Amino acid sequence: MSETAVETSPGVHYLNVKYGVKSWLLTTDHKRIALLYLVSITFFFMVGGISAVLMRLHLIEPRGALLEPATYNKMFSMHGIIMVFFFLIPSIPAVMGNFLVPIMIGARDVAFPRLNLLSWYIYILGGLFTLYAILAGGVDTGWTFYTPLSTTYANGQVMAAALGVFITGFSSILTGLNFIVTIHKMRVPGLTWFRLPLFLWAIYATSIIQVLGTPVVAIAIILVGLERLFHVGVFDPALGGDPILFQHLFWFYSHPAVYIMILPSMGVMSELVTCFSKKRIFGYSFVAYSSVAIAVISFLVWGHHMYVSGQSVYASLVFSALSFAVAIPSAIKVFNWTATLYRGSVSYQAPMLYAMGFIGLFTMGGLTGLFLASLATDIHLHDTYFVIAHFHYIMVGGALMGYLGGLHFWWPKMTGRLYPDGWARFAALVIFIGFNLTFMPQFVLGYLGMPRRYAVYPEEFQVLNVMSSAGASILGVGYLIPLVYFIWSMRYGPAAEANPWGAKGLEWQTSSPPPTENFEQAPTVTEEAYAYGAMEARVV
Amino acid sequence: MSEGHIIALAHQFEDLEQQREAASLGMWLFLATEIMFFGGLFTAYTVYRMMYLPGFDAGSHLLNIKLGALNTIVLLSSSLTMALAVRAAMLGKRRHLVTFLVLTMLLGLAFVGVKLTFEWHHEYVEHLAPGLDFDLNSPHAKGAELFFVFYFTMTGVHALHMIIGVAVMAVLTWQAIQGRFTPERYNPIEMAGLYWHFVDVVWIFLFPLLYLIGAHH
Amino acid sequence: MSEHVMPKKLYFLVFAALIALTLITTVVATIDLGPLNIVIALLIGMSKASLVVLFFMHLKWSTRLTRIVAVAALFWLAILITLTLSDYTTRRWTPNPGTWETSGSQ
Repeated sequence: MSETAVETSPGVHYLNVKYGVKSWLLTTDHKRIALLYLVSITFFFMVGGISAVLMRLHLIEPRGALLEPATYNKMFSMHGIIMVFFFLIPSIPAVMGNFLVPIMIGARDVAFPRLNLLSWYIYILGGLFTLYAILAGGVDTGWTFYTPLSTTYANGQVMAAALGVFITGFSSILTGLNFIVTIHKMRVPGLTWFRLPLFLWAIYATSIIQVLGTPVVAIAIILVGLERLFHVGVFDPALGGDPILFQHLFWFYSHPAVYIMILPSMGVMSELVTCFSKKRIFGYSFVAYSSVAIAVISFLVWGHHMYVSGQSVYASLVFSALSFAVAIPSAIKVFNWTATLYRGSVSYQAPMLYAMGFIGLFTMGGLTGLFLASLATDIHLHDTYFVIAHFHYIMVGGALMGYLGGLHFWWPKMTGRLYPDGWARFAALVIFIGFNLTFMPQFVLGYLGMPRRYAVYPEEFQVLNVMSSAGASILGVGYLIPLVYFIWSMRYGPAAEANPWGAKGLEWQTSSPPPTENFEQAPTVTEEAYAYGAMEARVV
Repeated sequence: MSEGHIIALAHQFEDLEQQREAASLGMWLFLATEIMFFGGLFTAYTVYRMMYLPGFDAGSHLLNIKLGALNTIVLLSSSLTMALAVRAAMLGKRRHLVTFLVLTMLLGLAFVGVKLTFEWHHEYVEHLAPGLDFDLNSPHAKGAELFFVFYFTMTGVHALHMIIGVAVMAVLTWQAIQGRFTPERYNPIEMAGLYWHFVDVVWIFLFPLLYLIGAHH
Repeated sequence: MSEHVMPKKLYFLVFAALIALTLITTVVATIDLGPLNIVIALLIGMSKASLVVLFFMHLKWSTRLTRIVAVAALFWLAILITLTLSDYTTRRWTPNPGTWETSGSQ
């Protein structure tokens, strides 16, 4: 039942219980740490976004309109490194996970609050090294740091950038570790695994990947550093090394890493789709198990990034078959969300618009992944814009939309303020249009043969490139709008009540914003997740 | 947490049992990450060993197997003293606890000392340090140099973990002397013990893979 | 969580076994047994590791969850090694026509 007795704006809550810089920088409150992450990843998103803008501006001319080719290489490297390691991987877990995991299980905080704060500081330290790398001249190896370019031939700030990524990896590991222990050990009475909100199943699966995958890329980076410093030949063919070994160690993490980026968004989807169709999720256990299945199978497919690298054809065949398998649990989720919407009492506030955008765009991204998973077609499509379009449909059309949808959904809970829904819906629409205009042409470009990471291209590709760049400018504007009204809402937004959406879930049983200890009294759970009655009245 | 007091229940936990279980699960998860961390090195080692077996044999043969075996025994002994330290903490025997912690530390330092001063120094002097002045008169020099890359990297990362472990032991010894641990509350000792034993397990595999493969020549 | 106190004798017994296995593996390594050498070395290593993990680290008396975590980590490492080796062991099956020779046997 939606709680109406809780006061609209509680007197003392986690935001105003203590003021001052020290109370923020030395906080162990998971909710404050979530906001620390929110500010920092927004900053890094803008840095990564600027490099994207510069790239798209450059690409309106076949000969390149803006940058030297060497600078262009640094742009796509910076864009990839920042967006992957400093935006997408932390995004939902560090912001929404940190804020919601304890609250959704009825706990007062995560299992290790000081470790949680340390994770943020480690993230910032890694970010500083990477920013230094950018300011001191940049790297041109791409976010993938392939050898022997990164070890032997690259002249940029490889060590600094690699060190930044290495350090930040530990933030990811510790966050995942914290969540696994919290979810296992600190659920309130009555909250069994199969009563958990599916967001938590998604965060749990993500945490497994973070804990088991990240250490391997750490080793890969250490070996690159060793070779770069001492020229010892770990990956240098002239000295007996195999460059492909780097790719094995790198992609063993980096493929599961893309599931770190999408799984939490899928978790958000389950929350949004149920709330805004006022219906139970269709097939709860299927969605729950599919999250864990994705986490496990994601570790078995990394070789599909290496079909043309010199990897054995037989290994490639195995990886290809397994890559088809990993699509299945994702597809199951899409079917279940769609079935949840069917005959639901659907309302179209901003979070729901993002959710619907996600379902469509993620499906397209996922389906195009099958072309890349298939050995034969990948020979043609590898290293073209088709790949770029594919992963941007998933990462931007999917993960980022999930992040924005979640942010819009939980903003009232986190800040105690409402934002103007009209502007929010408008921004969602602008983002959707801008996104498709940016990346749909790239599927065609890739199919026609335009390679990725090139600063120049043949004349006949110009129209599609200009379309893509036009879309990018619209997309950029779309992202700025929420920045404005979110900041506006912190000061001028109307106060939010405890449950403005009429949603189920423990987080809506406490005030907006919650008190420092999350609940006045520890809750007990007696009903299933998403216990929406049939055609329940919509609470605005 | 105040100095000299038995450490209380942290605010996010319901009871000491939950706090202990959470700490234990957390430490085992951390060890899982370490398994994958060292595992990456073991994987790379396995690949290159397959590719350069004669070179790896030649390189391994140049290591001091006696020192390796001695160090193995030193480390295994330190695991024994560590296990006894945890047991002493469980029984509230403060003096024994401190003694065993100190012994564990000394054995750990002995291990690192032997490795750095006798082995690494000797190998460096013999021009076996890759990238610095590696020089080996052998048809398998390329493979041997790669062997030594892994030898130094793996034992180096391992030694780093040992040094961190010794530092943790030092802190715990100090706290134990101050009477911070009781039979009800000795969890940090147990957690540190898990870490220490894990580092020992890594060496249990490093020893045969690095020292014993070339031993039958 | 193991709450029961281990008898000291058990620890010393395990320690004795560990030392014995160390000596055995060192001696066996000096005898040329061909491919068996590495197999025996790894088997002994796994036995020693099991003794440390089960008895010194108390996994024998730990919760099911703890045991799952330990096994899972080893399983994941096995995935890394196995699938990586699936590449290296099968590269030579299809010779690359006239290009850089992959697995070096210099």
